[in-house]
Amino acid sequence: MEEQPSKFRIKDLDLFYGDNQALKDVTLEVRSHRVTALIGPSGCGKSTFIRTLNRMNDLIDHVRITGDVLYEGVNIYADYDVIELRKRIGMVFQKPNPFPMSIYENIAYGPKIHGITSKSLLDDLVENSLKAAALWEEVSDRLHKPALGLSGGQQQRLCIARVLAVEPDVVLMDEPTSALDPISTSRIEELIFELKKKYTIIIVTHNMQQAGRVSDTTAFFLNGVVVEYGDTEKIFFNPEDSRTEAYISGRFG
Amino acid sequence: MYSRQHFDEALDALNQEVLTMGTLVEEALRNAVKALVDKDIDLADRVIQGDTDIDRQQLDIEDTCTVLIAKEQPVASDLRQLVATLNVLGDLERIGDQAVHIAEVMKRLYGEPYMKPLIDIPRMAVIAEGMIHDALTAFVEQDPEAARSVAGRDDQLDALHAQVLRELLTYMMEDPAKISQGINFLFLSRWLERTGDHVTNICERTVFLATGKHVTF
Ligand SMILES: Nc1ncnc2c1ncn2[C@@H]1O[C@H](COP(=O)(O)OP(=O)(O)OP(=O)(O)O)[C@@H](O)[C@H]1O
Ligand SMILES: [Mg+2]
Repeated sequence: MEEQPSKFRIKDLDLFYGDNQALKDVTLEVRSHRVTALIGPSGCGKSTFIRTLNRMNDLIDHVRITGDVLYEGVNIYADYDVIELRKRIGMVFQKPNPFPMSIYENIAYGPKIHGITSKSLLDDLVENSLKAAALWEEVSDRLHKPALGLSGGQQQRLCIARVLAVEPDVVLMDEPTSALDPISTSRIEELIFELKKKYTIIIVTHNMQQAGRVSDTTAFFLNGVVVEYGDTEKIFFNPEDSRTEAYISGRFG
Repeated sequence: MYSRQHFDEALDALNQEVLTMGTLVEEALRNAVKALVDKDIDLADRVIQGDTDIDRQQLDIEDTCTVLIAKEQPVASDLRQLVATLNVLGDLERIGDQAVHIAEVMKRLYGEPYMKPLIDIPRMAVIAEGMIHDALTAFVEQDPEAARSVAGRDDQLDALHAQVLRELLTYMMEDPAKISQGINFLFLSRWLERTGDHVTNICERTVFLATGKHVTF
């Protein structure tokens, strides 16, 4: 695999929820225009980690973070405009969460907040985002219908389109397909292949086959620690650590 | 969390099947050479007929591997075990074919007095059988050190083959009437030597299985 510049450098990251330490001394680099998968058993800190990358943990009480998270070389916990950060680093969640408004408004919402008012500009943005999320064909004739009328898989792609509409640089996905059927899942996976040409993607998944299929790099978390981090091929073919092997082959516990 | 017990049992059962096929192959080789030495044409026929069992077993085990890959979607050492098993089956099947070739030569030579007592060829067969047995043990135990040591024994086969070759050449040069039989013996020795190469492949697969690294012995 050829070297890509790193998008994030995380150094000695510790995160506490009150007294409970959820991340311990996490150090890793996330490469640009790559898909990085985060795997590990429930409660090991994957969601916590992914939320540190766009400061979503700031919204939670009693959180204490030490260490560095450098995004393009800048420490996002030192001096970074959080609104700008979350615009650049979008997030897709486990459950599709469209707003209770039309498909069009769901996507135009973010750009409008960021100051875009021109109708024709917004129309273009909506169309391009839906196309990038591989949803345009299915909804172009009902843009002004409620988003909640879409299927779960369509709603998730709408949420991806909504993230893309603010022209982010990084897309974080926390178990984006765990609520979807196999067909919707494979559409999202195909989409991830397309998206990585333009964006850096970090995805949390409990589906080992999915991690194997979509990611270039995999990090295995256990009890808040990164046990192994490296090329996905290596991790799934010949992992270094016996705990990684045990986890990916379902031998855990 | 998802229980592995069922899959582990299936992988163990797969190893047992490989060992069973290995035993059949060892027996075929032993009987082929015994038929040759004892001039026992019935035994030679049994070796030839028995090859269909070996072939069928290869296909059965191959199917077992394929189904496990489809159903369990294995990764890491589980996946390497299945891939390595598919390769090992191929080598075992080829050794079985070599036993058949030996039995066929025996039948071709049947009725002719042998130009010399058979000493080195049975010796090679004993070494080859031992190598097959120990290589498969190392394989199912995923023991790369044992595999390396078994592969080292291939030198003995190579040395014996070279010795047989030299000896046969002198016989054939002395008496051209012995050329026809000499060539048959030469092939026998060659096939036994090839058996060692197949065993070496099995040993290489064992290292791959245990470490994920490809080696050449
Ligand atoms: N808001 C919170 N307040 C307090 N503790 C939390 C909070 N969120 C997570 N934790 C704790 O932090 C640890 C890591 O949780 P996290 O949600 O990051 O795990 P995860 O790897 O995403 O698990 P899952 O696979 O189940 O989603 C757990 O012990 C969890 O209980
Ligand atoms: Mg989570």
